[in-house]
Amino acid sequence: MPESTHPQETVTLTIDGREVIVPPGTTILQAAESMGNRIPHYCYHPGLSAPAQCRLCLVEVEGAPKLQPSCVTQVRDGQVVHTTSAKATAMRQGVLEFYLANHPLDCPICDQSGECKLQDYVHAEGRKHGRSREPKRVFGRDDFGGDVLFYGDRCVMCTRCVRFMNEVAQDPRLTVVERGNRSVIDTFFEDGVEGSPYAGNIVDICPVGALVSKDFLHKARAWDLDHTPSVCPNCSQGCNIDLHVRDNRVQRLKPRANPEVNGHWMCDYGRHRYEWINRDDRLRRPLYREGGDTVPGEWGTVLSELLERLEETRPIRAVASPFASTEELATLRRVVDALGGGEILFRSPEADDEIPLPGFPQLARRRDLSPNRRAAELLGMKRVGDAEGRGGLESLADYTGTLIVLGDALADMDEGFGSHAALYLYLGSHPSPAAAKADVVLPIPTFAEQEGTFINVEERVQRFWPGLLPPEQARPAWMPLGAILARLGAGELPATAAEAFLAATELMPELMGLRYETIGTRGAILNEPVLVTAP
Amino acid sequence: MAYPYTHEKEVRVLSRGWGDPRTRTVEGWKAMGGYTALEKALGMSRQEVIEEVKVSGLRGRGGAGFPTGIKWSFMPGEKKGPHYLCCNADESEPGTFKDRELLRWTPHQLIEGCLIGAYAIQAEHVFIYCRGEFFEATQVLARAVEEAYEAGYIGKNILGSGQDIDITVFAGAGAYICGEETALMNSIEGRRGLPRVKPPFPAAVGLFGKPTTINNVETLSSIPHILNNGGSWYRQWGTEKSPGTKLFCVSGHVRRPGNYELPLGFPLEELIYDVCGGFREGRSLKAVIPGGSSVPIMSAADCEGCTLDYEGVVEKGSMLGCASVIIMDDSTNIVKQVRRMVDFYAHESCGQCTPCREGTQWLARILLRIEKGRGTAEDLDTLLELGDQMTGTTICVLSDSAAAPVASSIQKFKDDYLALIRRGEKVGAA
Repeated sequence: MPESTHPQETVTLTIDGREVIVPPGTTILQAAESMGNRIPHYCYHPGLSAPAQCRLCLVEVEGAPKLQPSCVTQVRDGQVVHTTSAKATAMRQGVLEFYLANHPLDCPICDQSGECKLQDYVHAEGRKHGRSREPKRVFGRDDFGGDVLFYGDRCVMCTRCVRFMNEVAQDPRLTVVERGNRSVIDTFFEDGVEGSPYAGNIVDICPVGALVSKDFLHKARAWDLDHTPSVCPNCSQGCNIDLHVRDNRVQRLKPRANPEVNGHWMCDYGRHRYEWINRDDRLRRPLYREGGDTVPGEWGTVLSELLERLEETRPIRAVASPFASTEELATLRRVVDALGGGEILFRSPEADDEIPLPGFPQLARRRDLSPNRRAAELLGMKRVGDAEGRGGLESLADYTGTLIVLGDALADMDEGFGSHAALYLYLGSHPSPAAAKADVVLPIPTFAEQEGTFINVEERVQRFWPGLLPPEQARPAWMPLGAILARLGAGELPATAAEAFLAATELMPELMGLRYETIGTRGAILNEPVLVTAP
Repeated sequence: MAYPYTHEKEVRVLSRGWGDPRTRTVEGWKAMGGYTALEKALGMSRQEVIEEVKVSGLRGRGGAGFPTGIKWSFMPGEKKGPHYLCCNADESEPGTFKDRELLRWTPHQLIEGCLIGAYAIQAEHVFIYCRGEFFEATQVLARAVEEAYEAGYIGKNILGSGQDIDITVFAGAGAYICGEETALMNSIEGRRGLPRVKPPFPAAVGLFGKPTTINNVETLSSIPHILNNGGSWYRQWGTEKSPGTKLFCVSGHVRRPGNYELPLGFPLEELIYDVCGGFREGRSLKAVIPGGSSVPIMSAADCEGCTLDYEGVVEKGSMLGCASVIIMDDSTNIVKQVRRMVDFYAHESCGQCTPCREGTQWLARILLRIEKGRGTAEDLDTLLELGDQMTGTTICVLSDSAAAPVASSIQKFKDDYLALIRRGEKVGAA
């Protein structure tokens, strides 16, 4: 073979009898993972440096005298690796027994139970019975500040938390103190991680129940939680998250890994703003005006009433919310256009500063605190009001045409809002005093209760899925608005969110060519060529 | 004041100036022929210096016995950034007390060795990492370094050669693990003294991420003599594979424990009975730990015909290590001795690797239980198995070192264990 001056492009090795081809520089652990073979590990985390100290990922590499830590051992051509050989298995069993020697085994009262790597690994490969008869070391519980509680006895000393604070948050608040068996994670000062804006992530990356969230403490068992992929609605970064739901309530938000948006992380600002999703004061049924009052009605009758009144021609204006999905906003745009066209205003809150994550520069809590402002802007909607998301609607005070409000709670408006409008349609998820004069009030779900997309600050369109059941008769706004469009002969009534999205792509050239399937769980950048595969 | 006592079989090369406070000064050291080797080395090429050390066959005196000349030749020939030389003076292995004496009595011998080593590996900065507890030794060394700076042996343009070499005396904070070379580098850098994962090896990525060589005090102290007299001169002592003289730190149940400089390959029995004066009246040999607490224990039978060189001790199932010979007579409770050693390792484990962090403590607790008469026969199996799981599974070898005496003592002194276990058995129990 002629000598090649090119750097080698791939490495071929054998792991557990199966050949795998990976780029050079890959570690054995990553190579194994790429073929679905998850080698147990604690200290290794894809978002952090690897100190190779937990010694759980040791594998047998033919030709090496000792077992090798797969998290730092790079692949070599022709390498033969055994992860389940007698030697490797016996070693893992031994290391797991060491982990249990001082572990309190308090799984019944531990929040991590059910999603605990120590439980999982010991269940899979541990000894049936531990041999330790010695007294256990006791550290007790420590308040680390912020949302973080530390149970020292459960700690496996993987130091992920210390490395996260040092390397990613770059806010060194934690360290290992003492040495040997007495070593324990501790804070430098009394306030611990208090005020560190990304500290909540150390709870996520703790493989056991040593670091737990105060907010989630004893709230739910891990196995009772349903996980739904979603997008954090608390700023325009659009961190990928999972909604953890029990009893139709969001119990916590957890970051979902997406290397292009948020890595493995999310900020505490976003993480702890979910309680509003669980509010019980919701709009549950369509309301329509009968005499002086609005009364509950059925979708059918309320809609036909509405459609009849829309047929009269008059000017139209609308107020939208940047918290609504792209599908909802686009359908609103189409309705307004079909009714003769008019201005759509939106208001969105803004923070004073960004809160960056130094170790992962793509991620920051953005100044723009709404998840879908970009979509509103792309749809030609006009931002009004101040940085609190208030004001700017003065021009509507004595407006006499058709007025549609989508999603905006109008918290700064009083009961007289829209009282001069000839037709006032309010679509919202929560009751609002400013909807008092509405002719028709339609209940819509929150982002957590429907399927849809947000477009984030870097123009990435990202899907979210429904994790909760919407209250009673709430329907995504694209549904009633789509019905209006159909009645006006300006389009078809979309049957699904995917169809609503397709209809939106016709309106927004930036979305051209995108489908729900191509967006997937990782999102897609607007205006980027999409690979279309033949059916 | 003469150094406590010497023996006529000793070959005093390194320890020649011990006991004489004058050797602590530049003048005193020069009177003994000091700093001539440095002059000579600076007149040679780096390659010639390394070659001379290779010819001498000098092996690392810190315990591993790796040939020094070869270690030096691992350093990159082409210099792309700073190189460093670290002198490991963190002597903390139980039973070892040779480096302390070298620091206390002949600091200039070490300084000269450091300078020659630094010249050979193109290092511009030498760090001498002194054990935290070595208060007096560190003071003496620091004064000597200061004096050598004033005399122009250290600093800019040494002896007009154009070489700049600095020496920093660095005091540790009292952690055994900082004697491990990569933990030592972390400690100098101001981090926790945790051993690093190898590869990369220090010669590629060492102190502050730069190519670094780490040598023991005794190794570097031998260098001036080798340079002065030639590599083949050094080979007149010792064996083919283990040439030269070695400081033996003898402790335990002998009449005259202490430091003895003897040629490698010296018979162990001669050391015990002749040089050290044998045992107390009516006592006899029970066990020997030949290389500091980290190596396997030897029984009296193993000691027969054992020669104290790197190969000779391995032949008898142990290791020469840093030649810290701990001698125990028949009054010794082996279980207690092993438990105390394992306690030491449990206390000194850095706590990174799970098998070591948890294993050392677990071993110590089982051994304590056995010692107190509450052990069972199964405990011995558990000890052996835990030892197995602690060997070769960690970043550094502290864990292996804790397991070695346990395994070897159970193998060779099982009766001591069983006697304690039986003592704890209830009368009438099966």
